[in-house]
Amino acid sequence: MIWTAIIATSFIAFMLKYLGQAVPAAWLENARIQKFALYLPTALLAALVAVQSLGSEKNIVFDARSIGVLVAAVALFFKAPFPVVVLLAALTSAGIHQL
Amino acid sequence: MSRAILRDSLSVALTVGVYGIAFGAAAVEADLSVLQACVLSLLTFTGASQFAVVGVLGAGGSALSAITAASLLGVRNSFYGLRMAPILQVRGAKRLAAAQITIDESTAVSVAQEDKGLDAMRLGFWATGIGVYIFWNLFTFLGALGATALGDPAAWGLDTAVPAAFLGLLWPRLISKSARVVTLLSILMCTLLIPFAPAGVPVIACALIPFIFAFVGDRK
Repeated sequence: MIWTAIIATSFIAFMLKYLGQAVPAAWLENARIQKFALYLPTALLAALVAVQSLGSEKNIVFDARSIGVLVAAVALFFKAPFPVVVLLAALTSAGIHQL
Repeated sequence: MSRAILRDSLSVALTVGVYGIAFGAAAVEADLSVLQACVLSLLTFTGASQFAVVGVLGAGGSALSAITAASLLGVRNSFYGLRMAPILQVRGAKRLAAAQITIDESTAVSVAQEDKGLDAMRLGFWATGIGVYIFWNLFTFLGALGATALGDPAAWGLDTAVPAAFLGLLWPRLISKSARVVTLLSILMCTLLIPFAPAGVPVIACALIPFIFAFVGDRK
């Protein structure tokens, strides 16, 4: 199942990249389509943050991950570089697991 | 001139490459093998989609949910390709190679050279794309290997590295009020769906928010 996901995702990812290079520009130049494309990654990334920090199976939880992600948000607010953000989040939740 | 562009490209490639460590670790956390993590980076080669695959699979989602979430995130690369095609002017095998390295960073560095002309834009695209490709794959391997050696991922906080990485990818997008509204609605809707929908589905459902925003809202 993992391999299916990997191969299919890779194939579609490549086709999406290639599509932009190959189709006539007019096809994607519609203002509404552009607006959709602009906000789609934003919505999906926000959703991924939510499920990964507040979801545990079918429950809404507030646990070590949630606190770690809050710490990441604070770090990002203070313009910390990406590796520092991830490291701080991981260390926070690891610390809570140790308690 | 070209030295300055190459320096920009290299620093972007190195910085983004380091994300690869987080990805490799996240993949192992989600029970992928080191090989599977590396194949994802080599073939898919678009960070947010790769994180989505391992995020959805790791949460117990189906392959279909993982593929759908990742592919929705990959749609933006089509628009980057559209932007780059008239600049690159490539065909055949070169176009296939250009397509594979059409990502956030290669497009951004290229577009940033706009005032310096087409050659500078091309150099920025190829140098950044190839540079990121090399470092992203190298660091994915190291991250996956490192995470395998660590043992219990939660004890090291690796389960938190994934949402933190998503937040890091999201953050630069929050520059407009609209983007912040989309973000808040998405977090709310996704969280409320967690108890009711199968794993992975709440994420995909959030594609509805930008859809409504773009196609139902006023034309702007």
